[in-house]
Amino acid sequence: MEAPLYFLQQVINGLTIGSTYALIAIGYTMVYGIIGMINFAHGEIYMIATYVAFIVIAGLSMMGIDSTIFLMVAALIVAIIVASAHAFAVERVAYRPVRGSKRLIALISAIGMSIFLQNYMLLAQGSRDKAIGNILPGGWHFSGGDFTVVLSYMQVIIFAVTLISMLLLAAFISRSKLGRACRACSQDRGMANLLGINTDLVISMTFVIGAALAAVAGLLLGMYYGVVNPYIGFLAGLKAFTAAVLGGIGSIPGAVLGGLLLGVAEALTGGYLSTEYNDVVSFGLLILILLFRPWGILGKPEVEKI
Amino acid sequence: MTTAMLKVDNLVTHYGAIQALNDVSLEVSQGEIVTLVGSNGAGKTTLLMSICGDPLPTSGTVRFDGKEVQGLPTSQIMRSGLSVVPEGRRIFTGMTVEENLSMGGYYRSKVEIAESTEHVLTLFPRLKERFNQRGGTMSGGEQQMLAIARALMSRPRLLLLDEPSLGLAPIIIAQIFEIIQKLREEQGTTIFLVEQNAHKALSIADRGYVLEHGRVVLSDTGQALLANDEVRRAYLGG
Repeated sequence: MEAPLYFLQQVINGLTIGSTYALIAIGYTMVYGIIGMINFAHGEIYMIATYVAFIVIAGLSMMGIDSTIFLMVAALIVAIIVASAHAFAVERVAYRPVRGSKRLIALISAIGMSIFLQNYMLLAQGSRDKAIGNILPGGWHFSGGDFTVVLSYMQVIIFAVTLISMLLLAAFISRSKLGRACRACSQDRGMANLLGINTDLVISMTFVIGAALAAVAGLLLGMYYGVVNPYIGFLAGLKAFTAAVLGGIGSIPGAVLGGLLLGVAEALTGGYLSTEYNDVVSFGLLILILLFRPWGILGKPEVEKI
Repeated sequence: MTTAMLKVDNLVTHYGAIQALNDVSLEVSQGEIVTLVGSNGAGKTTLLMSICGDPLPTSGTVRFDGKEVQGLPTSQIMRSGLSVVPEGRRIFTGMTVEENLSMGGYYRSKVEIAESTEHVLTLFPRLKERFNQRGGTMSGGEQQMLAIARALMSRPRLLLLDEPSLGLAPIIIAQIFEIIQKLREEQGTTIFLVEQNAHKALSIADRGYVLEHGRVVLSDTGQALLANDEVRRAYLGG
């Protein structure tokens, strides 16, 4: 009884982290789909959103508000607004001016933006960890024999909020005018322009949507871990990027699948081997997929145009 | 003197260092079918796309309804009452017929999109059967019809067509040329048609231009060009 329950616990933990990887990975994959660049500053947007969520929760708590739902909703709304505004500005300042030049130039601009945002938060908030208390303690316990499986309320919230975000995104992409324009742009941006679609606006909105989802991840993961520092964006960004590549960069379902797979792989590594090997397994997977199936699990092989 | 709906003057377009268009001037009046013929690489597509601002012309003017549009962003030019069926159709293969059509009417209201959808489906009943099918799964002829239908969704007064007959079976080509004529007769749509199939194009056109090496070398009525010895030798196979 112990072994399967232990395994179940690892899978639950893995899916929790994986959900948030998926939320961040969607931002990478949508931006890649539409302008063919990897937005390496995306992890920083997630980090900024986490800070904002912490500040809102801490501020409101100090004012004596202790309703968990109210705190979460308020933090979510403010984090989404601030993260979206940052992503919008990043695109205008660092990516639009170099769009149409070589890929390497956009990549360098993205890395520069990432370093800038990290230092900007470092100056504003300092380099030390900031922590908030657990505003949603407790959970369900299922015990069988020696081992007790814990499904915390926070984990349930993470699954639920992630699922709702994905459903909203799916509806937006398939039904709304702007969502359809996003798909049209990712297939043939020039043609979208020829139909009178303002593709600059569509690109801006893609950054904003990606940032909003990263902000959701920022709040959830921030509450789950309870700490933030200016460096968390780097690793989270790389993990989400790995998830996006694993699933097939450019594919939204791929990003979700990649995120969940990566989360479970890491949790199993941590559970059976050692948490020290988590990153080894993640980036080992990235290398393997790039070697043997660079278009990812759900992506399509791209024919290099000459 | 009537002002032309589309008036191109001294247009020059470069691709990098290569000059693709050399001082091209032409005009298309309200209600006309005008064709541009020429061999491969003469600059026909470049001319059509330069009108849309993609690529940006190096110099010269493009007037639509008397207003200069060269230098404006492509999406803005395309909102002023013209539409294009580009070379290679460029339908959104991953999107359904319905979604492709809705993109064609992107900047119009929901009601107008519904009206236009109904209208284009009567023109192309075939698309009605394929309404929820992905564009990429349809035959070449159906894709071409979708490309034309999509261009009509914005109710353009001027329709630019780039080689709509390319790679299609003769029976489909005949249908497409029929629809082009029908559009002019029933909707009063002005047509600017780029074609390699010079015989077919010139026989439905009021007027035609012949483009060679990025220059207009001849212009006359469609019938006169069909009878012209040089044109016959170069483009009509003798």
